[in-house]
Amino acid sequence: MKELMLGNKAVARGLYEAGVCFVSSYPGTPSTEITEEAVKFDEIYCEWAPNEKVAMEGAFGASLAGKRAFCAQKHVGLNVAADPLFTMSYTGVNAGLLIVVADDAGMHSSQNEQDSRHYAIAAKVPMLEPSDSAEALAFTKTAYEISEKFDTPVIIKMCTRVAHSQSLTETGEREKHEKTYEKNIEKYVMMPGNAKKRHPVVEARTVALTEYAETSPLNRAEINSDKIGIITSSTCYQYVKEVLGDKVSVLKLGIVNPLPPKLIKDFAAKVEKLFVVEELDPIIETFVKSLGIAVKGSNILPRIDEFSQNMIADAFGEFVDAPKNANYTQIDDPIPSRPPVMCAGCPHRGLFYSLKKRKCTVLGDIGCYTLGAVKPLGAMDMTLCMGASVSASHGFNKMLGANDKNVVAVIGDSTFVHSGITGLANVAYNQSNSTIIILDNSITGMTGHQQNPTTGLNIKGEPAGKINLEALCRAMGFNRVRVVDPYNLAECDAAIKEETAANEASVIISRRPCALLKNVKHKPPLEVDKAKCIGCKACMRIGCPAISMKDGKSVVDTTQCVGCGVCSQLCPKDAFISTK
Amino acid sequence: MNNTKNIMIVGVGGQGSLLASKILGYILTNEGYDVKVSEVHGMSQRGGSVVTYVRFGDKVYSPIIDKGEADYIVSFEILETARWLPFLRPNGQIVTNTQQIDPMPVITGAVQYPQNICEKIKNLGVKIDALDCLTLAREAGSAKAVNIVLLGRLSHYFDISQQSWEKALTANVPAKFLELNKKAFVLGKDSVS
Ligand SMILES: Cc1ncc(C[n+]2csc(CCOP(=O)(O)OP(=O)(O)O)c2C)c(N)n1
Repeated sequence: MKELMLGNKAVARGLYEAGVCFVSSYPGTPSTEITEEAVKFDEIYCEWAPNEKVAMEGAFGASLAGKRAFCAQKHVGLNVAADPLFTMSYTGVNAGLLIVVADDAGMHSSQNEQDSRHYAIAAKVPMLEPSDSAEALAFTKTAYEISEKFDTPVIIKMCTRVAHSQSLTETGEREKHEKTYEKNIEKYVMMPGNAKKRHPVVEARTVALTEYAETSPLNRAEINSDKIGIITSSTCYQYVKEVLGDKVSVLKLGIVNPLPPKLIKDFAAKVEKLFVVEELDPIIETFVKSLGIAVKGSNILPRIDEFSQNMIADAFGEFVDAPKNANYTQIDDPIPSRPPVMCAGCPHRGLFYSLKKRKCTVLGDIGCYTLGAVKPLGAMDMTLCMGASVSASHGFNKMLGANDKNVVAVIGDSTFVHSGITGLANVAYNQSNSTIIILDNSITGMTGHQQNPTTGLNIKGEPAGKINLEALCRAMGFNRVRVVDPYNLAECDAAIKEETAANEASVIISRRPCALLKNVKHKPPLEVDKAKCIGCKACMRIGCPAISMKDGKSVVDTTQCVGCGVCSQLCPKDAFISTK
Repeated sequence: MNNTKNIMIVGVGGQGSLLASKILGYILTNEGYDVKVSEVHGMSQRGGSVVTYVRFGDKVYSPIIDKGEADYIVSFEILETARWLPFLRPNGQIVTNTQQIDPMPVITGAVQYPQNICEKIKNLGVKIDALDCLTLAREAGSAKAVNIVLLGRLSHYFDISQQSWEKALTANVPAKFLELNKKAFVLGKDSVS
């Protein structure tokens, strides 16, 4: 029977059916659910790794050991794992090795919208691109065949709309594929002498893969018209079919690297006008042009953001009889935006309030706490990529530290282990007078509550190793390491004041578990004693979604409030009282 | 040519729209349609505006719904109804909760929450079925059942048997909350808006 299945779950199902034994990933939207679904199969060993590079290298080791292996990451995660990727292309694999990278055109939850196809081209590895869940499952299985046949890691590129859409999918049985490990120094030890011999192998493999792409059923021409032909892939294929249906011919590419020149030339010869519909960078378009074929793409569709059916209808209106976009209606009032906010009771809030109060320059990082940049807190000066808070504050302090003693780095527990530790090593080694604040909420919050090396639990919630952050920092040579409770504003304030003033580097660990964790006990909600409230709005300065002003007085939404009490520490009249 | 129907479910992160789309996806699949359900996870869950697309028909291609395309907008919050109104197709139907949840720019006083949104939408000639789902959900036994109250209301507009809906509820909500949710469904269905 067909099942309505999330794209990411379909990949996990494909892993199961392909006989995969090892999955190691670092979470990142929109890739996270693949690993969360894979762990539900007892036959697959799954883990959260500290970062994407570690995950990918783990998967490589498992492949070497003879078991089919896998890692998943979001697009920026592949930047972190790029180093092993490029040389794994040279070594090739033993058992099949698949890498999923999930792009996020439209930046639903990302800091940039880079196009991961460049990586496949640069690393010279094949890349497949499914357009719905059924293909996600099928392509996953095919990817392992390609990996073993051509001795290469394979990348599947997902995007938000394929990863996070459910469509009907048929499932199959698990197969067994295992190899034995054999020592092969020339293939697996990449030093210059050996790598020189592997590079021609890589080039020859690309030729063979191109030949494969010419005839693979993953690439398919749907010939319906001799007027208009569109080359497309992924979710763009769905938009094209939705709007233009059988009025145009379509070359649907399931393999986006390497591209098939003969197939494209043949297709181009069958139509009067040729177009490419691809999100982000004009990669297929550039390739088609390099074959000397005239093609339109980036001149009729934008190079930013994701596409939709209306955009296709607009772009093709002048070439085909495309359906007109429907009229739509709206009310005249301006609609207030509804940005995401720190949850009521979020432990990050108190710390950020203190940073704002002390007018700190805050070099930020990526996680729920990036919302500290949002008004009314507005307590962040920079966010770049995971780990950059620590390393950038080192550089900032080296240059301006003598004049500006009010600079801090803030970094979450998961992000700290991901890539903050190496930055901290630089602070310790090259001795900048930096203050690093680790926001330890005992979970990877942003991506939906994954365990990490500081939480003491593994991906299944079972007891696991637990890194002691204080001991780690002390071992690196920091004398000033202190722990504060972010629900206690006086404590936060004192710690920030003293540590930024100190004449040596320091670490503050702001420790309290995420308010949304199931095992966290909350106090009863607070309410406002109307007789005491003078409407001074002091409590509004923390941007708590549970507090608003009605008729000049503060009111608490008791369905949201978890009684953290940060607001009551700001109230000059003690107007917040427990509902108990 | 294309008989695909489009339902948009909109609301505020944390209101339970994922369960609503799960139940709809389940029931429509069982009715034999091709179905696609699309949602955005991640950042938008933290109290932000969230949207889920449910599409069904003989053959569904795109997983998303564009402006002017929704046959139904099912909304958990009235400001969100106004925000996503441009996605309704001409003559489409809105089913909405009348609850107001202030977004942060309103809380901080930077902007005003628009007044009388229901009236204004009605005055545009749009078909809007508005009800206080929060009160009905509480009546059923839990404020969290707003999603099921809305589904009950939506069921009016579909030719799907009560039995099928009940089967979908049974399959998708935990057994200990089943009676509560069945009650919420009926309250939503039978209430007069
Ligand atoms: C290289 C990279 N990998 C993954 C992500 C996705 N991501 C964003 S924040 C985050 C983790 C945040 O966890 P933590 O640092 O513990 O902070 P919290 O959200 O719990 O406050 C992840 C995995 C990313 N942005 N970049």
